[in-house]
Amino acid sequence: MSKPSDLVQGTLDLLILKILALQPLHGWALSQRLKQISGEVLQVSDGSLYPALHKLEQQGWIQAEWKPTENNRRAKFYSLTRLGRRHLEKEAANWERISTAISSVVRLTEV
Amino acid sequence: MRIEQWVYTIPLRLRSLFHRVRLGTELDEELRDHIDRQIEDNLARGMGAEEARLAARRAFGNAAVVREQTQDTWSWSGIELLLNDVRFAARTLLRTRGFASIAILVMALGIGANVALFAIVRSVLLNPLPYTDPNRLVRLYENVSVGGLNIPDCASAGGMYLEWKQHNRTLADMAIAGWMDYNLSSAGNQPPEVVRAGNLSWSMLPLLGVRPALGRNFTADDDKPSANPTVLLSWGLWRRRFGGDPTIVNKTILLDAVPHTVIGVMPPNSSLPIISTPTTQLWTPIFEAKRTDLMKMLDEHEFEAIGRLKPGVTEAQAVADLTLITHRIHDQHLDDSYVAFGASSRPLLDSTVGRMKTPLYALLAATGCVLLIACLNVANLLVARAAARRREQAIRAALGGSKLRLLRQHLMESLLICATGGTLGFFLAASVLRWFVAVRHDVPRADSIAVDGVVAAFTLGLVLLCAAFAGTVSLLSMRGEQALIALRESSRGQSAGMARKRLRSVLLSLEVGLTVVLLIDAGLLLKSYAQLRATDLGCLTDNVLKMDVSLPTARYKGTSSIADFFSSFVDRVRNLPGIQAAGLVFPGVPGDGQGSNDNFTIIEHPPLPPGQADVANNRWCDPGYFAALGIPLLQGRSFSSNQRPGHSTEIIISESFARQFFPGENPIGKHMTTFN
Repeated sequence: MSKPSDLVQGTLDLLILKILALQPLHGWALSQRLKQISGEVLQVSDGSLYPALHKLEQQGWIQAEWKPTENNRRAKFYSLTRLGRRHLEKEAANWERISTAISSVVRLTEV
Repeated sequence: MRIEQWVYTIPLRLRSLFHRVRLGTELDEELRDHIDRQIEDNLARGMGAEEARLAARRAFGNAAVVREQTQDTWSWSGIELLLNDVRFAARTLLRTRGFASIAILVMALGIGANVALFAIVRSVLLNPLPYTDPNRLVRLYENVSVGGLNIPDCASAGGMYLEWKQHNRTLADMAIAGWMDYNLSSAGNQPPEVVRAGNLSWSMLPLLGVRPALGRNFTADDDKPSANPTVLLSWGLWRRRFGGDPTIVNKTILLDAVPHTVIGVMPPNSSLPIISTPTTQLWTPIFEAKRTDLMKMLDEHEFEAIGRLKPGVTEAQAVADLTLITHRIHDQHLDDSYVAFGASSRPLLDSTVGRMKTPLYALLAATGCVLLIACLNVANLLVARAAARRREQAIRAALGGSKLRLLRQHLMESLLICATGGTLGFFLAASVLRWFVAVRHDVPRADSIAVDGVVAAFTLGLVLLCAAFAGTVSLLSMRGEQALIALRESSRGQSAGMARKRLRSVLLSLEVGLTVVLLIDAGLLLKSYAQLRATDLGCLTDNVLKMDVSLPTARYKGTSSIADFFSSFVDRVRNLPGIQAAGLVFPGVPGDGQGSNDNFTIIEHPPLPPGQADVANNRWCDPGYFAALGIPLLQGRSFSSNQRPGHSTEIIISESFARQFFPGENPIGKHMTTFN
């Protein structure tokens, strides 16, 4: 089984920000959404989501809030901050530029 | 952008600083919530209970690792780890209390001694003088040659100073200073006291760039033989004796029974090196205070001459200039060998503190040795610790413990010992310095010694240096150590063990060697001191009191009134209860220093060739002096009591004088003349 490449791993932050930009989610829901979207390409354990989440929180890009959920339980919901939204725009644009460049190069070599 | 990010994250940072425990439980809850939801999801997909739990765990990964990695992303986690290391190191040290406290004490001694000495060296030797442009200030000396004896850095004579001041072309200005004691008369309920005074030419304060704190400096008119006597008070005397009276200026005080007008108060003595010592109480203008004829003499070397070099003039050029003037004066007074033939100079700071250089740097070397011993001691401890923890370290390294973290834990113990020792040492140094400043008035500029930020920074630097040194030395023992070898049983690890043993014995030998060096030094010093104490002065020293008495010249005019005072004085002292014997001597008792010397010729001997003269130390005393000090009379008799002022015709010589100048002769009945 081949390992997921570091490039894809490094974009975990970007994916989290993008998903949270659509709606606030708690950790488990976020992990389900990640699997849904990326399929089997992103081979990350559920747990590795949390260091990334807390790092993004410390950087001020997302904020967390404990909210009640069904069955008298509560969960920690993460949402994007204004700062995070701006960061996401920048990073997404970057990603666009780089991936375009790389895919064009990859295509070149295949010819 | 950065500022905005700070605004967002500051509350978070504070929270992660002050609520770490709550943050931890919240993280636990968050992770548990995730797993619970996954289990529920798995159950909903139709798994069995046990299977659902295991699958959720598998998907999640190692929960402990996740928790640790998440905590690492929090702010201050570095500091938390550091605190953990400190706690761990402290616990390890507490387990070997005896060794730890000795290591800390030795370190405190080493750092304390070095910090104290650094403060002294800095304040005394290194700090520039607190005067205007101190690099252009020079102390000027005369070169004198008497009876074949060369005195290169001789004090200045008043007459030569006047010649230099008038004829030099290289100095912007010159000043001269002397010292004397005054009787400060009683006033109100204040008792009379003897005060130490500096005599300054009026040019001294402008030359140095100093202004009185209150009132004014001497003027040229104050600094003349005929001037009305004026005085500048020291800050200390003004506070102590006059209660800091702000209206003191223009008031009159009695010095040697002569009214002196107070013209000002100087700033504290600590800011006035050169012209003050910690005991200097006041200043008077030198040409008014000193005898007029003395200030004109070319051969009474009693004063300190100071000059300020003109811009662009080097010290050598100034010396050449003054030497030329001195040559001319010398050639006009060939009959007086005490007149200088040349001039020399030294930077002013060097002339004041130069004699302290060697002893201070020697002491610094000794305290450096103590510090080195302390460091080696700590290094030795670390090597032993590394040996004891070899397996633990290897296991941690194998499990992915970061190298840096392991290294830091290793060094933490050394840092802890050095920091504790350093703190103790700093306070030790501060109290030692307070004592030193209060007691050692003989060290120039001692009163400017202070424990300040620079000294604290020096202490901190020393602590870090020692910790790093001890750590680095101990790291030598771990060089080339393989985790795998350490993990295997003893036999395979032997080569590293041997290296460590070697290192420890090298460290130990170094420590012992340095200790021996220090012990020998200290022993020699103590022996010199003991010998100095045991020196036979040729007289009684136990239960002998010495008292300096000076009479106000204004009231005791003429030698017979002075003689009358002293003979009745010594008679009354003899009659005091508890006094066995009393005597008078001038200028000092044996052990006080050289005192006074004079040229002489023995009339019965053939004259010496011209330009040569015999010199001997002399004292003036009363007939009771020898009995009072227990000095035995070997031959002849003591002074007869008819030796009155102006009619003294008798001399008593010492045994060594007789041996040197009357070899094989009976000195009794011979005659001598002195030039005085």
